[in-house]
Amino acid sequence: MPRSTTPLSDPAQWIICEHCDSLYHATPLNKGETAYCLRCAGVLSRGHRMTIEQLLALSIAAGIMFVFANVFPVISISMKGLYNQVTLWGSVEALAQGQITLIALVAGLAIILAPALQIALLFWVLVHAQRDEIAPGFKICMRTLEHLRPWSMLEVCLLGILVAIIKLGGMLDVHPGVGLWAMAMLMVLIVLIAGKDIRRLWDDLGVQPE
Amino acid sequence: MNGIPFAHERKVTLCHVCGYVCPEDAHDCPRCDSAVHRRKPNSLVRTWAFLIAGLIFYIPANTLPVMFTTLLGSASENTIMSGVIEFAEGGSWDIAILIFIASVLVPCVKFLVLGMLLVTCQRRSQWAMRERSRLYRFIELIGYWSMLDVLVVALVAALVQFRGLSTIEPRLGILFFGLVVVMTMLAAMSFDPRLIWDAEVEDV
Repeated sequence: MPRSTTPLSDPAQWIICEHCDSLYHATPLNKGETAYCLRCAGVLSRGHRMTIEQLLALSIAAGIMFVFANVFPVISISMKGLYNQVTLWGSVEALAQGQITLIALVAGLAIILAPALQIALLFWVLVHAQRDEIAPGFKICMRTLEHLRPWSMLEVCLLGILVAIIKLGGMLDVHPGVGLWAMAMLMVLIVLIAGKDIRRLWDDLGVQPE
Repeated sequence: MNGIPFAHERKVTLCHVCGYVCPEDAHDCPRCDSAVHRRKPNSLVRTWAFLIAGLIFYIPANTLPVMFTTLLGSASENTIMSGVIEFAEGGSWDIAILIFIASVLVPCVKFLVLGMLLVTCQRRSQWAMRERSRLYRFIELIGYWSMLDVLVVALVAALVQFRGLSTIEPRLGILFFGLVVVMTMLAAMSFDPRLIWDAEVEDV
């Protein structure tokens, strides 16, 4: 089949599959619709589920939940009259011992720093986007959000807390703390707001290429 | 195959950060200023490097203890597998299977799948391209769940600190295990799934 090699006129009308480099005409999608690549069956794009205002509201909620999840203990235990509890930070600190401190940095990034930055940056770009403004430092915020995404591991952390509860449950009294419930809600919120969907802001705000 | 054009045939490249359709000769995305490459730079070599580093770390991760427990004077050290076996023997089959999947199966599947993708791409194989593409997305999705064990050890070690009665400390194995997860994540990120499809056009 002869293939055209003329340059494209308007970049905004096109969409490229990130998994296989296929080029398609972009079609607007409705809420809940998903476009799949015909060549590799990967997701091309999804219809937006939420408005900017809703995303902003959820990012504020995520901020509050993040504070709760970090201030309150996630698990407390008691054994023969002795009592102890742990916060997220406390568990990261427990890894920071001599030779293995490096892994404490990874864990700290995964369960505290990356989610915190994600929430803060999302709030910053969304609070401006909601007024149809491009936030100062918009480009660097959006780029950082892209690079943070794979390193934010709240889902894994939540499962880890549950496993730890069961693991210790066999030998002592274990009580889930307020932090655990906050963590569970935070995880859901992060999944909703911090996905690839946020790339829509580039188009919604009409950021002009230079 | 079914006539869908490839982006490079129309002299455009995708910006992986913002999704903009950039002209092929652009070094930086005109919209978000990130570096744009037609394919991820040195994708195969970098992926091999991270993969091999991960494999090397995988040995101490499994042989060295990850946790040191003292309970009423008696001390014991656990490796990842002995932790799984302990759960299974204690009757918690569900947790044993969960940890086994996250800590043993997921990293092994990642090594095998990435290795297979690298070899088939280097041979410019046209075998099962769609399925290989799916496999790549699958391992990208499951990769970070291996951090589970690291976080469990962190929580447990922070909690059980009753001097004289019982203490739990993390041990060197957990560092290597964490590094395995990081290395395999970096390997998956440096692999460019578009290379799977390049065999279709660039040989001709």
